[in-house]
Amino acid sequence: MESLKYLLELNMVVIENGKIKQEVLRVDKEIARGAEAYIYKGSFLGIPCIIKLRTQKSYRHPVLDSKIIRDRTIREAKIIISARRIGIKAPAVLFVDPDLGVLVLEYIKGRLLKDLLKNLDDEEACKIASTAGSYAALLHTNGIVHGDLTTSNMIYTDHGLFLVDFGLSDYSNDLEDLGVDVHLFLRSLESTLWRRASMLYECFLKGYQEIIGKDQAFKVKEKVREIRLRGRYIAERRMRS
Amino acid sequence: MIVLGIESTAHTFGVGIVKDEKPYILADARAEYVPREGIHPREAARFFAEHAASVINKALKQANVDFKDIDGIAIALGPGMGPCLRIGATIARFLASYYDKKLIPVNHAVAHVEIGLLVTKATDPVVVYLSGGNTAIVAYVDGRYRVFGETLDIALGNLLDTFAREVGLAPPYIVGSLHVVDKCAEDGKKFINLPYVVKGQDVSFSGLLTAALRAVRKGTKLNDVCLTLREIAYTMVVEVAERALAHTGKNEVMLVGGVAASPILREKFEKMVRYHNAKLYVVPPKFAVDNGVMIAWTGLLGLKHGVSVNIENSIIRQRWRIDEVDITWRA
Repeated sequence: MESLKYLLELNMVVIENGKIKQEVLRVDKEIARGAEAYIYKGSFLGIPCIIKLRTQKSYRHPVLDSKIIRDRTIREAKIIISARRIGIKAPAVLFVDPDLGVLVLEYIKGRLLKDLLKNLDDEEACKIASTAGSYAALLHTNGIVHGDLTTSNMIYTDHGLFLVDFGLSDYSNDLEDLGVDVHLFLRSLESTLWRRASMLYECFLKGYQEIIGKDQAFKVKEKVREIRLRGRYIAERRMRS
Repeated sequence: MIVLGIESTAHTFGVGIVKDEKPYILADARAEYVPREGIHPREAARFFAEHAASVINKALKQANVDFKDIDGIAIALGPGMGPCLRIGATIARFLASYYDKKLIPVNHAVAHVEIGLLVTKATDPVVVYLSGGNTAIVAYVDGRYRVFGETLDIALGNLLDTFAREVGLAPPYIVGSLHVVDKCAEDGKKFINLPYVVKGQDVSFSGLLTAALRAVRKGTKLNDVCLTLREIAYTMVVEVAERALAHTGKNEVMLVGGVAASPILREKFEKMVRYHNAKLYVVPPKFAVDNGVMIAWTGLLGLKHGVSVNIENSIIRQRWRIDEVDITWRA
């Protein structure tokens, strides 16, 4: 029971005079399991949180295993912080333990864009899709690609639209990577909102173009066309959270 | 139904003859061009032209059939090296036209998958295709073999061979069924720092090659570089395959291609699939490398579903991607 061992290690408490004085991190339940990590729901200093635990892989050399887990945990945390700094709403990073491969993020309560868009009228849906587009452009102009930019990774809350799961994100200015982000968004629209997909894609592009500029937006759009013609399946979902 | 297939995409000129009932494979004849260093396409093509007739005759004799018994001529029109592809294509067009047979276009990569399915009995696997010139993770989704990951630059086999050659370990590249880099890694102890590059679903090996060669030049113990290089390279491929497996929800993984023979790589895959309760299939070396049987077999599957091409349209395609081919026989 590898995962159980981890769970016990994850629960952190402050003990004073033999009594639990404060619960630092509490793990409640597993909510998803991907190729790379387990996802739990819990609380951190009383704040509802998501705990992402990158797992050891027996097929990796132990030195490589620790390095990969460490590097990726740090990278994900760093990118989330960069994204927040440039004005994108993303979950706050509450705690990072690179050696254990633990990332604790603020739990975002709201509705997945995937579900929400179905129930909104055209005008409201368009406005949100356009915000999603401006987020994508903000990331891209700052040299970041999300890597899994789908409507399942966007949560609409009382405080606006949040972007989550930066697990596949990276630093890149490569047109191909930007194209993949936009392509993934379009495909996620098509898989659930086929009736309004092209309308919402236009809204997304409008928001995208406003930030990134007409020339670059055109280039990315062309790239998306090319990617789609290739018929490739890229950067599919690894985990649901 | 009997189909004769011709493979001539790289270093092997192969002719296979297959039937749509047991024992399926009637003939498997090959002539392999063995280069001193990398493949020189023109030299390979010349070698093919010289050996084609005898290989075809050998196959016909093995199968004990005549052209009158054959229903179609399958030809690998790509992907591969132009000069090599042209020899096979020219011969196939001639045979189809002279004996009035259907000409069946076959994608070499699709053929690797199909022969693998025939000999391993896997039904719907995530396919890991690793050879000197290819590194791709594919799986059947919606009528095609979709690419779930591939190399952005050089192939895994190319990485190992080039490294081995540059540091003086090769040729020969394979000694006692083990690649010389695997062999050299056995005495490696220290894991050094070399780049691990997985971008999204794709892998990149060129930076790893450069860094490994630089480490050797700087005097790092060769065994340690070999160990690190092969650990990183193999792990990258296993990781991308694992993502494809988790995403598609399939429960089989099939290894195909010359590099798939590595016992070290296989062990890593065994560990990975166990974790996902999936089953690993490894295509035996004889059919994991380039051969004519796989072209014939895929041609037969195609012909049964009406796939054929007019001679004037049977152009070779050096960069024919596996995900451009409709897999009509699985739809």
